[in-house]
Amino acid sequence: MAQHQVNYASAGGLPVALTTVDHLVNWGRSNSLWPLTYGLACCAIEMMAAGDSRYDFDRFGTIFRASPRQADVMILAGTLSKKHSEFARRLYDQMTEPKWVISMGSCANTGGMFNTYATVQGVDRIIPVDIYLPGCAPRPETLQYALMMLQTKIRRESANMNKNRKQNLRLI
Amino acid sequence: MRKYTPKDNVQAKAYYTDRFHVVPSVPTQDVSTDEVFAKQLEILSSQVEIKSAYIQVGQMRVEIDHKDNFKAIEILKNECGYAMMTDMSAVDYLAKDGEFEVFYQFLNLQERKRVRIVCRIEQGLAVESIVPLYKSANFSEREMFDMFGIVSNNHPFMKRILMPDDWEGHPLLKTYPLQGDEFASWYEVDKIFGKDAREAIGPENRDPSRIDRYDTKRFSRVGREVPFGADISKGEPETPIEYSETLLVDYNKSQTQLENRK
Repeated sequence: MAQHQVNYASAGGLPVALTTVDHLVNWGRSNSLWPLTYGLACCAIEMMAAGDSRYDFDRFGTIFRASPRQADVMILAGTLSKKHSEFARRLYDQMTEPKWVISMGSCANTGGMFNTYATVQGVDRIIPVDIYLPGCAPRPETLQYALMMLQTKIRRESANMNKNRKQNLRLI
Repeated sequence: MRKYTPKDNVQAKAYYTDRFHVVPSVPTQDVSTDEVFAKQLEILSSQVEIKSAYIQVGQMRVEIDHKDNFKAIEILKNECGYAMMTDMSAVDYLAKDGEFEVFYQFLNLQERKRVRIVCRIEQGLAVESIVPLYKSANFSEREMFDMFGIVSNNHPFMKRILMPDDWEGHPLLKTYPLQGDEFASWYEVDKIFGKDAREAIGPENRDPSRIDRYDTKRFSRVGREVPFGADISKGEPETPIEYSETLLVDYNKSQTQLENRK
């Protein structure tokens, strides 16, 4: 059944759809979120599971990319060690605007159980985070939900990234 | 002057210690009780000074002087048949004895025997590298340097292995705090943004259960977004999603709505 019928401009049945630039751009952005393949620890296993055929990220238009230049979303999946933090920030800087960050799992959110000298105590110390996803490790459904929350967030944003409040969160 | 606090062991203590707990002692046997070990110890003691030797849990433990470590291990490999070095590292006894204990663990596959060579070394001294004898010692000696600061002489690539190259301190020392010193706690901030950013980013949160309900710098509620850093102690207004009436049709509603549109 073709349920996805487009409700054309009601007058005259013209094949014309009326919308705003914001809605059109955000529709495109939120439905083609390409995350960077960035598994750091055991959360990466759940991220991979979310990507494969059982949970199937592709139906959200979410296709993992191996290069930060092609990615829109950075899913920080796992423990970020202090030694690696420099490179995480560099990958984030290499991503093109607009870009979003999902912090996946307790370790990425707050350092989690690694309350030690060698672990970054929350990736928001070095990267502005859009969605904090709790869990140790979060199940694939939870990551899907986080992605859908991010889509909701993007749909509320202005297409002009300069107007979005997130700009204020850029540390440097 | 600041008040002096002893820094011999600043790592976290156990939360709970049993008052009536008796540390179990592992029985030791004399080396002469095992023929193979007795023969090997004889070969060793003819060329190297042995400080002590006994058998514990089926393994021979031999303590030697740290200057003889290469010579003793060479004999073990070439004359006693210990083909594998399975493990090596050090133990920090600085607070107790003022020394490190460096240990090497070996396996003889033919005779199914394991032996541990132990030597005591003061802080600041170096041991001789055994990489020419066992390739597996390469990474272990680098790790020993990284974690304890014990250098191995004549090592092919004496460099930190786990911590970053510009790290300060050796984390497995008992004097190293579990949550890191000042250098460790600001490491990523200093490295990425520079020391000037310390104030803007703030110290690490080491309380895993801390939640700041009114933190609008890090958090926002979906549907109730407020400007960065706004005061929300009196509640935040809801901002509804503006769906495009033209493009999006709510198919979750009843069928009659569809019919109405016709």
